[in-house]
Amino acid sequence: MTALKRLLADRAATIGAALILGLILVAIFAPVLAPYPEDVTAFHLTERLQPPSADHLFGTDRMGSDVFSRILFGARITITIAVIAVGVSVGIGVPIGLIAGYYGGFPGGFLMRTSDIFLAVPQIVLAIAIAQTLGPSVENVILALSLTYWPFWARLVYAETKSLKAQTFVEAALALGASDWRVMVLHILPNTASAIIVRTSIGMGATILTAAALGFLGLGAPPPTPEWGRTISEAREFLPEAWWYAAAPGLAIFLVVMGFNLLGDGLRDILDPKLRKGSR
Amino acid sequence: MTDALLTVEGLSLGFRGDGGFAHILDGANMTMKRGEIMGLVGESGCGKTTLASAILGVLPRHALEIRGGRIRFDGIDMLDAAQGAQQQAVRGRRVTFIPQDPFTSLNPVFTIGQQIEELMKWKSPRRPVGPSRAPTLLTPYPRARRKADREKIMEMLNLVQLPRPEQLLKKYPHEVSGGQRQRLMIAMALLPEPDLIIADEPTTALDVTIQAQILGLLRNLANDRGVAVMLTTHDLGSAYEICDRITVMYAGQDVEAAPVAEFFNRPTHPYTAKLLASLPEGGGGMTGIPGELPSFYAPPPGCRFQTRCDRATEACRTRPAPDLAGPAHVVRCAHPLFQTTPATPLKEVQA
Amino acid sequence: MRRLEIILSRLVWFIPTLFGLVFVVFFISNVIPTDPARIIAGENATEVQVQALRAEMGLDQPLHVQFGRYVADLATGDLGKSLYTQRAISEDLLHRLPATLELTMAAMVLAIGLGVPLGVISAVKRNSMIDQTLRVLSVSGLAVASFWLAMELQMYFSTKLGWTPLNGRIAGWGPEEITGFYLLDSLLTGDWASFWDTLHHMLLPAITLALPAAATLVRFTRAGVLEVINSNFVLYERAMGFPTTLITWKYVLRNALISTVTQIGLIFGSLFAGAVVVEAVFDWPGLGTYAVQSILQSDTKAILGFSIIVGVVFIGVNLLVDIIHTFIDPRTLK
Repeated sequence: MTALKRLLADRAATIGAALILGLILVAIFAPVLAPYPEDVTAFHLTERLQPPSADHLFGTDRMGSDVFSRILFGARITITIAVIAVGVSVGIGVPIGLIAGYYGGFPGGFLMRTSDIFLAVPQIVLAIAIAQTLGPSVENVILALSLTYWPFWARLVYAETKSLKAQTFVEAALALGASDWRVMVLHILPNTASAIIVRTSIGMGATILTAAALGFLGLGAPPPTPEWGRTISEAREFLPEAWWYAAAPGLAIFLVVMGFNLLGDGLRDILDPKLRKGSR
Repeated sequence: MTDALLTVEGLSLGFRGDGGFAHILDGANMTMKRGEIMGLVGESGCGKTTLASAILGVLPRHALEIRGGRIRFDGIDMLDAAQGAQQQAVRGRRVTFIPQDPFTSLNPVFTIGQQIEELMKWKSPRRPVGPSRAPTLLTPYPRARRKADREKIMEMLNLVQLPRPEQLLKKYPHEVSGGQRQRLMIAMALLPEPDLIIADEPTTALDVTIQAQILGLLRNLANDRGVAVMLTTHDLGSAYEICDRITVMYAGQDVEAAPVAEFFNRPTHPYTAKLLASLPEGGGGMTGIPGELPSFYAPPPGCRFQTRCDRATEACRTRPAPDLAGPAHVVRCAHPLFQTTPATPLKEVQA
Repeated sequence: MRRLEIILSRLVWFIPTLFGLVFVVFFISNVIPTDPARIIAGENATEVQVQALRAEMGLDQPLHVQFGRYVADLATGDLGKSLYTQRAISEDLLHRLPATLELTMAAMVLAIGLGVPLGVISAVKRNSMIDQTLRVLSVSGLAVASFWLAMELQMYFSTKLGWTPLNGRIAGWGPEEITGFYLLDSLLTGDWASFWDTLHHMLLPAITLALPAAATLVRFTRAGVLEVINSNFVLYERAMGFPTTLITWKYVLRNALISTVTQIGLIFGSLFAGAVVVEAVFDWPGLGTYAVQSILQSDTKAILGFSIIVGVVFIGVNLLVDIIHTFIDPRTLK
């Protein structure tokens, strides 16, 4: 477990890992940790827009619900969206990149040109177009993000596969009679793993930001879902008086995205020195 | 008054890293006279390039640790940070540099002309001395001087036998061959009309066929102008062809310095002798000497060659003082191959 | 002439990529059978009226025929009519494009002016306090949700302190329109009041957009400088006694910028993406607010048009970046 040791030696990466671990724990134990778990749906209009206090750590919102409790439950939505959307993107992007990079020629070129089309507009623009058509719901946000983010992994794996294919060990495996399929899965894919892991960590952060932006624009889960982006947009009309209302979800997004970015940076330094150059 | 242009006295330095302190130079001495061509020879890793870099002030600063000694160029202390301004004025003007690798030593995104012109803007012999008042990035290049410099540049490019210099100046470094680039580096080293050129293995990156041409060119141009050249090389053959004098280094210590004829006829230090014996017939590169360089992290005390020397005794555990094995032939060995007499302790007095 | 070849080979891909984009967005937006005719006809329309409208809009045709018509219209610059306002979408978008471009370009200038020098300083003084601070700040800058930052800045500087206008692009009507870029138009007409007012309005949205972009640039420039700062040509320049300032800010930076410039296309994309939400917060009358309005009104065709316009601009910017690249790095012409 030397990789883990080196990761823990990197202060920034450790902080990142801790933030992500925190997010996961909060998501799992939200019902236990939240002081008012019923406030995800319940409202108490007599207590609306209370400033932070001992009773309500981050104050209350326009319905009188506890902001802190709703933030904790919001972690569940965030992590669900990010994990599934990134998972599907990896699931689409990696095989496409692998096949395109391995076979090259017309099919490879066609697949990569297709991914270029998806990269031709900023991800959020495409996600807006898709999510708007499908209607506001968590499932549709996930679908929109999956459809827009896969080319990042396809591009990455394509480039790696292309250079790996020229390496001697691949030629040797082929000369020994291994099938294309076997070479791709057993020889090339493991060698692209570290690049994929790094990209995935940073991609989680980007996906969470885009998901929050969709929520902010009203394309995410409908109310009363405690989604962070939507909460910020709800808080808007109560600014600047109810500052806590927008500050809490904003900070939550910041900490989580920061966690994935720091971890991604740390992983890159450890796993993939040649990728150090970039930052995205 | 001696005619020494550059002296390195007891220079001791190294780099601090994960493995401890790597003691690269251990009491290294060297002198250069005006107008002479001096070859600094030794195996790879003997500290030649480190010594050259120290003179040029380009050692990596973050891990560097200087433990003692000094470098003086015409009265200027090249290590003392307090004399930074003088050092900056000397570098590129009175001491110039021909790098090892002409392929990567020119900036890839500027044309050759832009780079030569920048050099002349700051280091032309026609530039008045003294710091300019304008901020660095806005310093003007007066038209009259630019024109005069331009003429000198064209003249020099002809002298180093570069064809069609006008077109050459418009090209980017990657568009010309390695041999041409090294001719260019020689031209750039000569243009500021320096007193000393430090040439760090200037031909190792080149084709064998053009190595001799480049060295011959360097020798002729330097001799014509009375410029001293310090040539580091591991190629004894080329050192023999062009040098007036040779200093041998082993593992960061100077072991022997002699005029070129003396050096080849009467090698007095056992290392020098082995070095010459290892030459294949007809010259060329060095083949092996049995054993390995000592670790720079834990070098033996005294003469560092003792671990590979068949004459080594207990006496070698302290560094021998310089002795004379002939006129201007200095050797530092407790068991020399030829008889020696103690050197006039001129240097010791200074140190 | 090599440069021309590169430009042409990029241009050749412009049309197919654009066509692909239209294809993808068009079919995605038609996966779910919504009925625009019913939306337009309104709640009280009879089935006959809706049918008539559907035929008029070509919605009774099979999808591929609709697509063909859409592309044919697109070729003449026609993006259809907004379901909501019944105005030509292309006109609305073109009218709003300058506002967004002006904002994103201002943010770009800010981001470059801030990010590149700080990146160089961070690299030159690596592992110093300044470097550590800048690294923390740049990681943070990439983690902030831009719409949230926009709201917080607006709350503090506009609502609380009253230093900047709350929203909009200008107070009043704006300068006489020539190009649609207010800063340029007010300069051309000598309308200084409009110029300063536009700048004042632009300040917060531009800063909001610029911060993450600047953070990216700091990281890229730092990495780029570190990569070249130990190269042989820098060693040579130092050995030849070139002034340190000159080596860092001219010779090292120029090399470091090569990798940074390739990122500018991406950064421009992220600025455009950020503009969608940031414009919405500051009520900036650009493409972003248009898109958000269209979302609220379920105006699918308008969103389709918006995606295509952004795609065109984005592909164009990347083309421009490729061309700039050939100038800044002569080796690409080899």
